[in-house]
Amino acid sequence: MVLDQDLVRHLSESSVSVELETEEMTLNIGPQHPSTHGVLRLVARVDGERAFDVQPVIGYMHRGYEKLSEVRTYPQITTLVNRIDWVSGYANEVPFIVAAEKLLGIEVPERAQFIRLILCEMARISSHLIFMASYPLELGAATPLFFALRERERVLDLLEGVTGGRFHPNFNRIGGVKPAYGSGSSTRKVIQDLPVGFLAETRDAMDKVLEAVDELEELVADNEIIRARTKGIGILPPEVAASYGVSGPNLRASGVKFDLRKIEDYLPYHLFDFEIPVGESGDCWDRWHVRLLEIRQSVRIVQQAIDGIPSGPLQAKVPKVIKVPLGETYVRAENPKGEMGYYLVSNGNQGPYRLKIRSASFSNISILPWILEGVLVPDIIAIMGSLDFVLGDVDR
Amino acid sequence: MIEFVTNLFSNFWVSLTGKLLLVALMIPLIGMVIGYAEMKLSAKMQSRVGPYFAGGRWGWAQLIADGVKFFQKEDLVPDEADRPVFKIAPVLVLVSTVAVIVIIPFGPGLIFRDLEVGIFYALAISSLSTVGVLMAGWSSGNKYSLMGGLRAAGQLIAYELPLVLAVIGTVMLAGTMSMSGIVEAQISAGYPYVILQFIGFGIFMIAALAELSRIPFDMPIAESELVMGYLTEYSGFRFLFFFLAEFANMFSLSAIAVTLFLGGYWLPGIPEDVLAYAGPVILLGKTFLLVFTMIWFRWTFPRFREDQLQNLAWKVLIPLALANIILTGAFKVYL
Repeated sequence: MVLDQDLVRHLSESSVSVELETEEMTLNIGPQHPSTHGVLRLVARVDGERAFDVQPVIGYMHRGYEKLSEVRTYPQITTLVNRIDWVSGYANEVPFIVAAEKLLGIEVPERAQFIRLILCEMARISSHLIFMASYPLELGAATPLFFALRERERVLDLLEGVTGGRFHPNFNRIGGVKPAYGSGSSTRKVIQDLPVGFLAETRDAMDKVLEAVDELEELVADNEIIRARTKGIGILPPEVAASYGVSGPNLRASGVKFDLRKIEDYLPYHLFDFEIPVGESGDCWDRWHVRLLEIRQSVRIVQQAIDGIPSGPLQAKVPKVIKVPLGETYVRAENPKGEMGYYLVSNGNQGPYRLKIRSASFSNISILPWILEGVLVPDIIAIMGSLDFVLGDVDR
Repeated sequence: MIEFVTNLFSNFWVSLTGKLLLVALMIPLIGMVIGYAEMKLSAKMQSRVGPYFAGGRWGWAQLIADGVKFFQKEDLVPDEADRPVFKIAPVLVLVSTVAVIVIIPFGPGLIFRDLEVGIFYALAISSLSTVGVLMAGWSSGNKYSLMGGLRAAGQLIAYELPLVLAVIGTVMLAGTMSMSGIVEAQISAGYPYVILQFIGFGIFMIAALAELSRIPFDMPIAESELVMGYLTEYSGFRFLFFFLAEFANMFSLSAIAVTLFLGGYWLPGIPEDVLAYAGPVILLGKTFLLVFTMIWFRWTFPRFREDQLQNLAWKVLIPLALANIILTGAFKVYL
């Protein structure tokens, strides 16, 4: 009996001291998944709910735009580039056209530049409103989606009124812009300009957007659960963000005051008075909040631009067949998602010799393996959503 | 005539069959009413129209159309699935909700079965549905389903405790566990117990939301994370079973909350002979008020994270519930 008791004690002690081992599991998130914003695939090695190694797999949407643009003329390429980041299609066209104009040495009329600027900011508003819609949805709140999308529709209607397209405007020409109104051979005599009432309607829409942003802030920012889910989650220190090439609102959320609208001169932003909102800690909450504040700043810019839009032609004089002279240039712009750049090499033909596209989302998601190290599975979604990328912008 | 009917229903088998039919009819009916309410209310909250065409007006037949659609769909069982477990899981979930309805008093004497341990039975049976959810998650042969099922199990352990502890205060006040006994105690006390047991009521509703795995506690489903959680692999009428169970569960847990805290079928100022007829209406009214609150939450709040939910349960709700029990005990002894 004595021996039995010893044995029992020994067995019970040994069974307690055995560590609870759980099996590691490989979880494929995507390419078909509700919150990967398209066809991103994450290969996550998870231990229960904790992921300790997340590798993004990209390329499911590669369309070869860089190569395609080598066999197309400059006006044809605008149709391609506005499909890169389809959430803000208009903003993709501008830096490319500006790059071509820079090589040609064309001075774009001021009114055309203002129109480009207004539409760029409206594209930013609509893109950020999509984020305002989708991010709470990823955290489980379905209703802010409708508040944000309703206002976005207002903005997109105006964009459509000018350009004829909601997502893919194809509106910029080398040397200016070409409104849909009054185009075509039979109406050639009609002066091509912005649609009647566009400026007044835009002013109206901007007020409505501001109202909606206030409403969204009330609905989302004052929510305890949203705060609990986003504050202190996915902290991105400024040095790390900069070293990975993260740009745009994601970088500014980390506290870096870097905005190409203040630095570059691709559009006359220096004429306007606006602030660059920055975050404090670089967590998901800051990334959400910076975008909210940016909508307000964009509204400010649009309002100023409407007040100060000069009259004049929309198109500079350009030859019928555009041949861009030999040379190379790099134009970068502050797109809604971050820094968008076109490195354009011309050998004097109708199309570029080489076009390198630097897209914001591609660099922004390069941070994923770093930032998703050791987070919980629900936080993977929260962090991924807060980076606000578009797969078309990643894969090009 | 009335005598004949009374005689007929005093026969054990006839009354049993009648009750069974009634319960079996109630579940789909309640499911449809709540499902339709959810569709229309969520539409209202999101400035949409909601169901519009089905049935000619207001889309009243939308849920019937959906039900028919689900029955037409292929009953898919994944290759990797554990077939018998996969097939029995939705049935288990539905059965547990049906079994809870049995002990809800709809009026004085209007109860399917007045158990002595009514509330104990209800809480025990309703947690059976989580076993069904865990079975569904495990047997689907899908990693997302598995994670959903495990989350549901974790949630059950965390929230069954505050749910039970929140009820204890009421049971102490009433001095009985029988559901109709608790209502009668409230009638004789002259006030619904929520006045004394507001902490218990709050905890009960939060824990009930977690038990139902509805937003803000819908981690087992979590569309944006786990695709559809334990429901991912289900289709056709098995999927419909889960849905019916969710809506019926909403109803039954709300009805339990009404019975325990809000006076059940009783409203102050209504004479007893009217109560016999108005009871079911009053109970349904109160219950749908709570169901409305749940729907309201569903379309307003985002979702917690699993560890935050555990924190809330173990660090906030359980100590609060224990304090509530102590306070109730002190109240009972000294007043």
